[in-house]
Amino acid sequence: MSETSQHPDLAAMRERLRASGGGREYWRSLDDLAATPGFRDLVEREFPRLAIGWSGDESPVEGRRNFLKLMGASLALGGLAACTRQPTEHIMPYVRQPEEMIPGRPLFYATATTLHGVASGVLVESHEGRPTKIEGNPEHPATLGACDAFSQASVLGLYDPDRMQAVAGEDDVKTWGDFAGSLREALAAQKLKGGAGLRILTETVTSPTLAAQLGEIARLYPRSKWHQWEPAGPHSARAAAQMAFGAPVNTYYDLSQANVIVSLDADFLAQGAASLRYARQFAARRRVQGGKTSMNRLYVAEPMPTPTGTKADHRFALRATDIEEFTWALAAALGVAKGPKTGDNGDIYKPVGAIARDLERNRGAGLVIAGDCQPPIVHALAHAMNARLGNVGKTVFYTDPIEASAVDQAASLAELARDLDAGAVDVLLILGGNPAFNAPVELGMRDRLKKAALRAHLSLYDNETSELCQWRLPEAHYLESWGDARAFDGTVTIQQPLIRPLYGGRSAYLVLQALTEDPDRGEYQIVKGYWAAQHKGADFEAWWRRAVHDGVAPDTSLPLQTVAVREDGIREPAPRRKLAGKLEILFRPDPGIHDGRFANNGWLQELPRPITKLTWDNAAIMSPQTAHRLGVFYEGLIAASQEVPMVELTYQGRTLRAPVFIQPGCVESSVTLHLGFGRTRAGRAGTGVGFNPYGLRTAGAPWQDLGLGAKKIAATYPIACTQDFHILDNERHAIHSGNLDEYLKNPRSVHEGAEAPPKELTLYPEWKYPGYAWGMAIDLNACTGCGACVMACQAENNIAVVGKDQVRRGRAMHWLRVDSYYQGEPNLPGGIYNQPVPCMHCEDAPCELVCPVQATNHSAEGLNDMVYNRCVGTRYCSNNCPYKVRRFNFYQFADTETASLKLLHNPDVTVRARGVMEKCTYCVQRINAAKIDAEKADRKVADGEIQTACQATCPAEAIIFGNVNDPQSRVSKMKAEQSNYGLLADLNTRPRTTYLATLRNPNPEVED
Amino acid sequence: MPQLFHPRTNAFARITLFGAIAAVAFAGWAIDALNRSSYNTRELQAREQPVPFSHAHHVGALGLDCRYCHTTVETSGFANLPPTKTCMNCHSQIWLTSPTLEPVRASFRTGTSINWTRVYDLPDFVYFNHSIHVNKGIGCESCHGRVDKMPLTWQAGSLQMSWCLDCHRQPEKFLRPRENITTMGYQPAGDQMEMGRRLRAEYNIQETRVLTSCSTCHR
Repeated sequence: MSETSQHPDLAAMRERLRASGGGREYWRSLDDLAATPGFRDLVEREFPRLAIGWSGDESPVEGRRNFLKLMGASLALGGLAACTRQPTEHIMPYVRQPEEMIPGRPLFYATATTLHGVASGVLVESHEGRPTKIEGNPEHPATLGACDAFSQASVLGLYDPDRMQAVAGEDDVKTWGDFAGSLREALAAQKLKGGAGLRILTETVTSPTLAAQLGEIARLYPRSKWHQWEPAGPHSARAAAQMAFGAPVNTYYDLSQANVIVSLDADFLAQGAASLRYARQFAARRRVQGGKTSMNRLYVAEPMPTPTGTKADHRFALRATDIEEFTWALAAALGVAKGPKTGDNGDIYKPVGAIARDLERNRGAGLVIAGDCQPPIVHALAHAMNARLGNVGKTVFYTDPIEASAVDQAASLAELARDLDAGAVDVLLILGGNPAFNAPVELGMRDRLKKAALRAHLSLYDNETSELCQWRLPEAHYLESWGDARAFDGTVTIQQPLIRPLYGGRSAYLVLQALTEDPDRGEYQIVKGYWAAQHKGADFEAWWRRAVHDGVAPDTSLPLQTVAVREDGIREPAPRRKLAGKLEILFRPDPGIHDGRFANNGWLQELPRPITKLTWDNAAIMSPQTAHRLGVFYEGLIAASQEVPMVELTYQGRTLRAPVFIQPGCVESSVTLHLGFGRTRAGRAGTGVGFNPYGLRTAGAPWQDLGLGAKKIAATYPIACTQDFHILDNERHAIHSGNLDEYLKNPRSVHEGAEAPPKELTLYPEWKYPGYAWGMAIDLNACTGCGACVMACQAENNIAVVGKDQVRRGRAMHWLRVDSYYQGEPNLPGGIYNQPVPCMHCEDAPCELVCPVQATNHSAEGLNDMVYNRCVGTRYCSNNCPYKVRRFNFYQFADTETASLKLLHNPDVTVRARGVMEKCTYCVQRINAAKIDAEKADRKVADGEIQTACQATCPAEAIIFGNVNDPQSRVSKMKAEQSNYGLLADLNTRPRTTYLATLRNPNPEVED
Repeated sequence: MPQLFHPRTNAFARITLFGAIAAVAFAGWAIDALNRSSYNTRELQAREQPVPFSHAHHVGALGLDCRYCHTTVETSGFANLPPTKTCMNCHSQIWLTSPTLEPVRASFRTGTSINWTRVYDLPDFVYFNHSIHVNKGIGCESCHGRVDKMPLTWQAGSLQMSWCLDCHRQPEKFLRPRENITTMGYQPAGDQMEMGRRLRAEYNIQETRVLTSCSTCHR
């Protein structure tokens, strides 16, 4: 397909949008909007590209005769293959059974995952010693029982067969003893010169124990240096605190007290150490239920749509480099700083006055949040505005830093690079991280690291950095080792191991201990010993047991600080920089694989990223208009072939070729690149996936800069984007939304245009449910579209990873998908809506009637049961499902061969085989477990006792499951709300899963 | 034109046609019979075990309760096999030198599990829960047979779905009072159906439609 000639321009698209009206208010993608034939095909058929032509008899696979031959052979062979005698199995009981262990019942242990060193408290489900599922720890302040996608996927990380499996030294398999010997020798030499040649490079450290060990090493080797490097850490916030307060202060927020929130490029609902907590608090203030009639109001200024942006009541698409000007203008309007109140950039100045007045009206109940990717001055101004508005102590809190040493990490790494050049580094111990891959490009760490005489890398994977080191040391996973870490407010969690290291790995604690005077101390003794020394008062043992058991060490959160903004910290605004015909470049952590550390995690690679729905790749993400200007605008390509044009990006003399991804809602002339891709040594899932933006990223502009050149190149690239798969009939109303004011006046207004036929209008038999009747309600007003539910479902239900090629064919297996819809014009949509779509468990289910072998049935409690062992794979059910929630195993997707991955499976859920249909079961294993417990105790299942995996993990509590026969249950109350609606209700399928409409609370003073 | 086929060919054609139908029907019957046969289901086949453990001796002769060894049967879906320690509770005092028990002592000495062969092995897509059955008045004997008469353990039922449904469709046929759950050779005092109906109400056993929903056992 030729790119330019066939593409109608944006103006024509807008025209079509205006002309269509009605149900076409919301659209799914540019293809949807343009009504391309490819998209139409995808609406009508689930897999249009799979259809076999009837005429091509010369082709070996196509054609009617070949089709019949193949079908006949498959039927016969498939039938024969199904006849197997049950293989003999064995049971190996314990020799001495641990007291608390009841085989068949899982145990839960509290520990913490870390990202950038900062803890998120989790509970880990363990089946007979195998960790299988991560849940949030309700007692932990950062998670409050919720869990993010990274934590959910960390169990796959544990069992990853590509993890480093043995100590390697000088390209040979060695032992830990060999390494200890080698290290001892090197240290003996260092001892003589006070450790002048000893360098330790870590990621951000919040662990008090590790900090104490590093302190001890600094005492023994006074001239040694400890460096930290984290490519995607909150470095700006640290620098800003230095600027605004003269000290590195830690900031956190309380959104439950905030009526008005201004986000300055801050994706606080989906990223950051306390995002789960913020999402919970934010959603609670957004719920217009149970007679509540007020909502908070969110203003978001951001360059590319984020989950936070989708919740905005007013979203301003601004270039990231313009957000500083926006912040100055807002600060000036609030009288905080002397800045221009108007400028030639109307987009920036127009809404500022109204926002400032809104903040003024809500003194002490407002909040200005600056994003981690924004420069320190934006943070400093946000601090000043919050102080001026009296928000400090109400919605904003300050403590001492949670990091053991809050240093400028870019400067720290640069210092190491200088020392390496000077030949001053004899022993370089790299604990975790991957500096060879993700250090600022101008440092050339790949070459410089080799200048250290003895290099050792402790890492989960043999990665780009390990490749350069003589010693490659397998690191113990957090589920395999003791440890500790602080959360966003300083709260300490003691991490406890759930399984003995699978691959003989050791933690950083053990490796560092080898440098101290007591090198043989065990990991448990190191961590416990540290806390015993800190403990004041009697009975440390009880304190310790409590701390380990609860996953929260009592009274360890850092005390609040009172800090004053220094006037001299905030100077005049810098003159505005102009685009000058170039583009803006943005580096952002990927929502799936973050800074690249999760690159080999198939679950995260295959997670459709929020909003873009890209999997297995990054791309140069830009607005339709920008793409148009560069001559790479595409329409119909994703739906028809998933092939997109490519561009060559040039920035500061360095170039990168990347595919184009057009994202409505991006600001014009801005190109977003997600970090972490283009790994050359990650493992079978991560190596060679995507393009590496670190090759353009410098310490001077870690997040954004101007001066990007882009030109189209004559190549196309296959991408795997799920946005155009599983499309609902786009003439019907999938999204219901409205404004708060209108909703309060007329609650039915949100459902305008949607039909609800009388339920008698059906030929289906009427079901009766004397006992339980399970149902689900999803509050679209709370959902941020972060994707944690998709990961939770994958972990709970043994959902297989299919790989990029299969995703491109629309065969991703996720039982739960999060659809994105846009409203308004294609370049800058007026609203972006998220809609999680699990199985609807229809009362009158179209799938049930068409199954020729009765493999999908209506249960006595209203579940739409799927019986894998009966399914013969006709796919009629999927064909008849208007919601397209059924997933078919086209191949043997589930890995039943790899030994370590067998341990990962949830034993309560069948691992599906090839040729079988599957779909959301409402986590029937959890329903049955709760019912059995209740029945044994001769009681009813209590409301809230059953939490589906998606519900349990949702930070916004958007998903509620329960018994709809009980009018007092939470789900019944939600379904009784006026904003409740069924998806495609006009089909009269009477779905058990229903939605609460999205409500916005716009400020009438802000002009659109 | 002369006749190509002799009239006898008609008979041949008929035999072939009906024979083919009969052959297909026979094949169907044979497959079904094989499927239900004890060759396939392993019903009534005693299994080789590393130690020829005799339930007949321990339950029948000595009168041990099932739950002395299978401790989790009332609390968990899985009725555990006893850890070696349970065997050694007695066998550290009696039959100390028996060569038959050497694998047990070896297990205890070395800390490696005894590798028992599974007798009751449901397919992996079936989720049976012991605890709910024993708590709701289904005796061990109902599925496991007269274990007290088994010198080596065998599978007493076919474990096929029709066998499960036999009870799930009409549990009152098999219900017994909770105090008789582990009793072997239990005989109902009066009319089983009458008592079954009473117990079904008393134990709040779910209605048949729930018991026979697919997701009750498959998920």
